[in-house]
Amino acid sequence: MANFDQVSLLLLVLVPLAGAVLAMFLPKDRPRDAWQFAIFVAAISFVLSVIVFVRYDYMAGGVQFQREYAWIGHPLNITLDLGLNGIGAPLVLLNGIVLLGAVLISQTITRRTRDFFVLLLALGSGVFGVFIVRDLFFLFFFYELAVLPMYLLIGVWGSSTDFGAFLRTKEYGAMKLMLVLVAGSVLIWIGILALYVASSQAGSPTFNIDTLAQLRTEGAFSRTLELWVFPLFAVGFGILAGLWPFHTWSPDGHVAAPTGVSMLHAGVLMKLGAFGIIQVGMILTPTGAEVWMPVLIGLGTVNVIYGAISALSQNDLKYVIGYSSVSHMGYVLMGIATLHPVGLAGAVLQMFSHGIMTALMFAMVGAIYERAHIRDSMILNGLIKRMGVTTFFFAIAGLASLGLPGLSGFIAEFMVFTGAFRTYLPLAVLGVIGAAITAVYILRLLARSFFGEADPQWDHLTDASPVEKGVGAVFVLILVAVGIWPAPLLNVINTGVESALSVF
Amino acid sequence: MSTGLTTNLYLLTPEFALTALAFLVFTVDLFLPERNKEWLAGLSVVSLISVMVIALLMRPAGSIELYGGLIVVDDFGLFFKIFFLAIGVGIIALSWEYARDRLDHRGEFYGLLLFSVLGMNLLAMSRELLTAYISLELLSFSLYVMVAYGLREARSNEAGIKYIIIGALSSAIMLYGLSNIYAALGTTTFAGIADELVAQNAVSPVLWVGVALLVVGLGFKLSAVPFHMWAPDAYEGAPLPVTAYLAIGSKAAAFALTLRLFAEAIVPAFDLWSEWQLVIAVLAAITMLLGNLVALAQRNIKRLMAYSSIGHVGYALAGVAVLGSDFALAAKAVIFYLVVYAVTNLVVFAGITAYYNRTGEDDIVDLAGLADRQPYIAAAIAIGLFSLAGLPIFAGFTAKFYLFAAVADGGFLWLAGVAIFTSLVSLYYYLQVIRQMYIEPARLAGDVGDHEPDAEVASEPANAHDHHGEPEAPVVPLQRPSWLLSGTMGLGLIVVTWLGVYPAPLLALIESAGAALLP
Repeated sequence: MANFDQVSLLLLVLVPLAGAVLAMFLPKDRPRDAWQFAIFVAAISFVLSVIVFVRYDYMAGGVQFQREYAWIGHPLNITLDLGLNGIGAPLVLLNGIVLLGAVLISQTITRRTRDFFVLLLALGSGVFGVFIVRDLFFLFFFYELAVLPMYLLIGVWGSSTDFGAFLRTKEYGAMKLMLVLVAGSVLIWIGILALYVASSQAGSPTFNIDTLAQLRTEGAFSRTLELWVFPLFAVGFGILAGLWPFHTWSPDGHVAAPTGVSMLHAGVLMKLGAFGIIQVGMILTPTGAEVWMPVLIGLGTVNVIYGAISALSQNDLKYVIGYSSVSHMGYVLMGIATLHPVGLAGAVLQMFSHGIMTALMFAMVGAIYERAHIRDSMILNGLIKRMGVTTFFFAIAGLASLGLPGLSGFIAEFMVFTGAFRTYLPLAVLGVIGAAITAVYILRLLARSFFGEADPQWDHLTDASPVEKGVGAVFVLILVAVGIWPAPLLNVINTGVESALSVF
Repeated sequence: MSTGLTTNLYLLTPEFALTALAFLVFTVDLFLPERNKEWLAGLSVVSLISVMVIALLMRPAGSIELYGGLIVVDDFGLFFKIFFLAIGVGIIALSWEYARDRLDHRGEFYGLLLFSVLGMNLLAMSRELLTAYISLELLSFSLYVMVAYGLREARSNEAGIKYIIIGALSSAIMLYGLSNIYAALGTTTFAGIADELVAQNAVSPVLWVGVALLVVGLGFKLSAVPFHMWAPDAYEGAPLPVTAYLAIGSKAAAFALTLRLFAEAIVPAFDLWSEWQLVIAVLAAITMLLGNLVALAQRNIKRLMAYSSIGHVGYALAGVAVLGSDFALAAKAVIFYLVVYAVTNLVVFAGITAYYNRTGEDDIVDLAGLADRQPYIAAAIAIGLFSLAGLPIFAGFTAKFYLFAAVADGGFLWLAGVAIFTSLVSLYYYLQVIRQMYIEPARLAGDVGDHEPDAEVASEPANAHDHHGEPEAPVVPLQRPSWLLSGTMGLGLIVVTWLGVYPAPLLALIESAGAALLP
């Protein structure tokens, strides 16, 4: 096992990437083979992510399984430096779970199936990469790799939404998502270069996160530099985390995407943004972070309220979930901005918890849309009658998202609020109000579309397929397990949070 | 080191060989029957590859001057020679099918191509302004003819005339600049310029004018804004392989000259030139802004690639702007960028040529549904464009990151910011092409193997979106691309991915090439 630890992180990136490359050579006209191959690759990744998470020793903490591979020498000094910390570990696990779930759910993709899985696996590889690298060049490399396939995944396999008065096409959703996210990358890239220049002026040019942090403690970064670089990271990564007012790509993108992609996207991809703020913004430019955090928590609170109110006024099931993601990512941003151990740990737990619950919701809505060809909650009704299991899973995810005690969302939100109450009391109160609005739209949706009388027009609906039931059951189990016994996750998260906050 | 005129001439064997082989192509062309002219392409490729081998075998130890310092044989020259010869091979691979089906007088076409490669090789070796000028003219004259090679197409003739007029004008401007430099300093060798500058320790007005005119002349050759107006028309009108050659070869050659000129004439006396750094930085900024913004409005793929290449010239110029700050890093970044740009563009143009050969269409909307009709071509173009936009895991990402890091490190973080922003702009228009190929449905057309654009097809409205469950339109598959183009695309894609994932070996080569420049 000790030998395995040496290569486990490298495998985590290489397995899905190699899977994507190999999948290109599969026969073009056998969709089922492509699907099974993708399951095989995603299952290996899942097992790897579990092993890595379990092997992470939270008693020791810090960066573990570290391995460095030479890449470009002097003067840029870029190395592929892999290492996992307590914040990355649960997110690696999350990606392993959601990637496998998304691949399984994508059974319904029958057109250009092979190409779909090539892109999906490449995306998975990029996400793993971001969580485990210790070098800004590769962090950015994998970040872009995770964003790049989205355009085609949405544009080719997505669906357009007709609002009557206007049409939100998948091309629109895909292009908007891509351009807004890459605009975020522009800011991140400039920020990374600014830090590199500072390190170069200090005499040891590097992109390595640990070395840069070391240089900072030696006074290589001026206060001014940190003050203008942190917002670049906060907004650049924040865009991917759905930060208001740059969130508009997110609902449109989620809705246009096919189910498996929505799951990965809302479940994992948005977490890359929040992770980036912590891993790069907070750790490398803490002085800037301290000054700007009040702004970030303000925006995070707007996210919570604005997302919830927007979700309240949507009828399309996917738009409701899309805006609810914006709202829930607001809790994550709030938790980060508290710079308080409990709040930050809550934010990371919320990332995990929201990843599972929103993936579950998208999976179930995908199942409904597949059968009813409609997502309008005003027209759908009494789904419980024909789709009992689907309804049950959706309801659990919904209850987790409104923060029902006993499910994972409660603990995470509670911790975020605890942190916020100690630091920014008025905003914390607003955040709680946001949670109340969440309860309104979730319960209303459940009452309107899932429970109650069913129109005869829905008699033809069939319940979720065995695969969908399997994925749903596992996700529900995780939500419950984390809700009842969060210690295994929190132990790891706390070590990460502790070292992240040690720079302040 | 000997300064005799005829010593060490054997070192020029690759150039002599290339000249002889170019004449051989012209001669053989006279005797070959029309149906066998394709052999000349083979002969040219063999020539280029054998010259490459000769050049590698004769790699000099250190740098050796010839003709009393007019020409130098060193690692920098060798690197670019191999690079240019490889570009020549790539362009012939692109031309073979195109020339067979669409061009008259193919023999001379290949002969001219060899001569232009010779011009580029000499350019990379020249260490004196007039020698460089003559090499540049050898390249340009070959290109003037090649651009106008589509005799039966009005567009190609127009392009040729525009190109030759603007080209002649820029040559005249450059020559005037050179004469001013000579008037001010009394020398035209790069090293002499540097020595004289250090000795005078001031820049006289005449010299200012001379250098300004030289920059303008080079700006025309590089198609840097505001000297870029000829480029889109010439690109659009020229036969496709020649468009590719313009985008790749002539740019790389002009940058090779720029790098050596900077290294030997300007960097040693850099304190006198610090204002020029800002001038070039501003030129670079407006070049990338204008190139990328105007590209947004293009409908023809060749024009799109023209503006895109203007944008890329802007990026490379940004690297040139910081040559004075840290020469080793900036030169490495620029050379790396040029190589990556050349390979990636070759892939994209191979894809476009493969499509054009089958259909005769070169508007962006014509590519609709290509992913269903001929997935290999679509994938090659898409990957090439992603790489040009600077997305991983492709070479464009690594090259841009490297270059922009060098620019930022040289004290121009704002310029790096502009470059990164314009990369985002470029992503939008590259995505438009990818959207046509992958997302838009194929138009109903029966034009397989039909070389003329089909008027009825062109009027077919492009379907805006497909509804859920709507039956797919029948897809008309496209004939497979020729093995030569497939091979070029395949090889190019391998290189593009390899350089994106592991560029260290190439960077080591570039390092030794760049090191040869500095005294």
